[in-house]
Amino acid sequence: MTVASDFADEAEPFRISQLIYDKRYRSYTIQVVTIMMFMLAVAWLVNNVVENFRELGKDFSFSFLFDAASYDINQRLIDYSSDSPHWRAAVVGILNTLVVAVLGCIFATVIGVAVGVARLSKNWLVSRLMTIYIEGLRNVPVLLWILLASTAFSAILPSPRQAVPLLGGGFVPTNRGFYLPAPVFESGAMFLGILFLASLVAAWIFKRWAAARQQATGEILPVLWIRLGIIIVPTFLMYFILGMPIGLELPELKGFNFQGGLYVRNSFMALWLALSLYTGAFIAENVRAGIQAISHGQTEAASSLGLPASRTMNLVVLPQALRIIIPPLISQYLNLTKNSSLAIAVGYMDITGTLGGITLNQTGREMETLLLVMLFYLVVSLLISAAMNIYNSSVALKER
Amino acid sequence: MKKDIAYVATEMLPELPAPVNTHGPIAWMRANLFSTTRDSVLTILFTVVVLLALYKLLPWLLIDSVFLADSLRNCREIDTGGCFAVVVSRFNQLIFGFYPPQLYWRPILTFVLMFVAFAPLLHDNLPRKMLWFTAVYPLLAYWMLWGGAIWGPLLILAMVAGVYFVYQYASKTLSAGLSLLAALAFVVVWLLFIQTNLSDAITSTIGFVGLEPIESDKFGGFLITFVIGVTGIVASLPIGIVLALGRGSDMPTVKMICVGFIEFIRGVPLITLLFVASTLLNYFLPPGTNFDLILRVIIMVTLFAAAYMAEVIRGGLAALPRGQYEAADALGLNYWQGTQLIVLPQALKISIPGIVNTFIGLFKDTTLVSIIGLLDPIGIMQPIRSTAEWNGIVWELPIFVGLVFFIFCFTMSRYSMYFERKLDTGHRN
Repeated sequence: MTVASDFADEAEPFRISQLIYDKRYRSYTIQVVTIMMFMLAVAWLVNNVVENFRELGKDFSFSFLFDAASYDINQRLIDYSSDSPHWRAAVVGILNTLVVAVLGCIFATVIGVAVGVARLSKNWLVSRLMTIYIEGLRNVPVLLWILLASTAFSAILPSPRQAVPLLGGGFVPTNRGFYLPAPVFESGAMFLGILFLASLVAAWIFKRWAAARQQATGEILPVLWIRLGIIIVPTFLMYFILGMPIGLELPELKGFNFQGGLYVRNSFMALWLALSLYTGAFIAENVRAGIQAISHGQTEAASSLGLPASRTMNLVVLPQALRIIIPPLISQYLNLTKNSSLAIAVGYMDITGTLGGITLNQTGREMETLLLVMLFYLVVSLLISAAMNIYNSSVALKER
Repeated sequence: MKKDIAYVATEMLPELPAPVNTHGPIAWMRANLFSTTRDSVLTILFTVVVLLALYKLLPWLLIDSVFLADSLRNCREIDTGGCFAVVVSRFNQLIFGFYPPQLYWRPILTFVLMFVAFAPLLHDNLPRKMLWFTAVYPLLAYWMLWGGAIWGPLLILAMVAGVYFVYQYASKTLSAGLSLLAALAFVVVWLLFIQTNLSDAITSTIGFVGLEPIESDKFGGFLITFVIGVTGIVASLPIGIVLALGRGSDMPTVKMICVGFIEFIRGVPLITLLFVASTLLNYFLPPGTNFDLILRVIIMVTLFAAAYMAEVIRGGLAALPRGQYEAADALGLNYWQGTQLIVLPQALKISIPGIVNTFIGLFKDTTLVSIIGLLDPIGIMQPIRSTAEWNGIVWELPIFVGLVFFIFCFTMSRYSMYFERKLDTGHRN
């Protein structure tokens, strides 16, 4: 100890060369130089932008967002007309992006889990077909799939006049788009919704109570069936007591086109289907890898403890497999969300199509619009990764 | 002895074939296709589906399809199936775009030489001197594809040699970091002041020696895919390594800059970056600079791939046991020596599957350039469809393009698996 302090006491006076040769100070030198170079580069870029803008007589402002957009958007979730300002067009675009991303993630997960499990099937034919699906989808650009899906809908499906309504008239695929039944809410629908939410809460409370009871007494209740009952039965009964307040409006052929119901354009269906099928192939590989990573000893240990097969899956294999599957799954969700910007290729008006497409071309404000578009995607990505980090830390192995 | 046991057989019995239900096709089908009721149902169901699909598609694809015709109408007169004659008759356009036909040898030679350049990297038993060709290849490829005077590429070569000498000279007196800075300063000075002036001077004194220059708008088809994909991946590898090392650095400012860059690029879709390349990039350069769209796209694609590459390599760095870093320190190696000799060779080896996956992803993502108007295989479909001969063609072109992409990507992924196994020389379980 004394030796070390002796050296410290005898410290030589600081010399400039220590900034380079002394490991203790070198990192400061490097950092200062890095920051300076970074600042210089940023200053150079900003200066170029300022000069270029001055030369072209442009300014940097977001006031164009409040000017009338004067273009139409054929798919929208909120009120919008060509008189609406550009920011409203951007919001329409954001909502469209979110709709296709969320629905795409759901469908891709369903496909991915089904295909991933089927690929591990002992049935030779099934596992081979799933391999063909996965390799075929993964190795071709997603843009090509989107274009192919869009072509398929417009080339194969019949025109509205020759369309064949499926599922009792509720589902009509045509080359102009898909017609689906639309829910019609009457008075009392609100009450039904509240009741449904309340039964969800009740089911959750019951699950906690049942788990606590099992911990205390060791008795296992048929939790799944009771919970399903709690969720469905009261809402179902109340639905008839209130006189069926939620009805379905079916699309009907009037003249050259269908009227009523929900109209979903082919551009959306093509984008949604292609993104889901493509991302589903990637998710299938993640699911397969996750399941295969659980060693066989785990299953054997569970059966030697006397757990039945279903409980082995639920209590032993799945919790461990999910820990492996979820992180790549989330990054697939991110990819899908980012790939949804390819909507522009089939004319679905997402944020890239509205703000980064027509608004950009109309106002000539490349800098501002692209900044906003990138900001939107960045925020979405960061939110999704934040959610992933929270989930990851909650399922991470609790080690001492 | 022999008399006591009269019933011992003196000859071996002939070998009987294995029972039918444990051996041969029937047993195999029992085990793999019809082992349970559910399996049998699935097998029958999927067989029916596959047969139906083949029954519907095969005639169109192969039996009734036409491969030689000069227009769609001609195709329809010949047979009822797919008109793949469009692929045959427009094959050159799908591969080269509008590159002048008499100069096709240039991209072809560049493509072939690419394998020569990559060969010493992929096979250890080739002579190490081939690496010189690998080093020169990027310039050669650029010159072969775009043409123009030879002086520009030669001067760049001179610059690289100059950088080497500056670094060697500086490192005799200065530390590694400062010598690197000096070399960097040399590059900047050369590119800003010397390169174009000297090249013009040589052209005016000696004259034009070189290949016929080709404008970028003549590029198209899979040529664009390869130019952007290969350049992007090769250029992104060193940048990605630097970013990954920066992200793992214990200097907060360096780390922050790297993390910021990586997360920004990974957070936005490639298409927005391509919009930046097509509409915005010129604003960030000194007024009056205007260069080629393909080069701008390559820059953005490289930055994009570099961020993903950095994450892949960071995974490799993180997978390396801590002891390797400590061993490098214990041997008295400084940071760069340790990184270069101990950390990176192992980390890169671990990252190879990820790097190949990034490459496959990038290769597929190059199709996005069709959205900003480049005539890559997807972009060139529209001009072909709008000609009088092939108006009305629907499926044939995307099927061909998809098939080519599939062949390349599938081969690459299989090759990476093989490479992974070959490099798996570690002794971990």
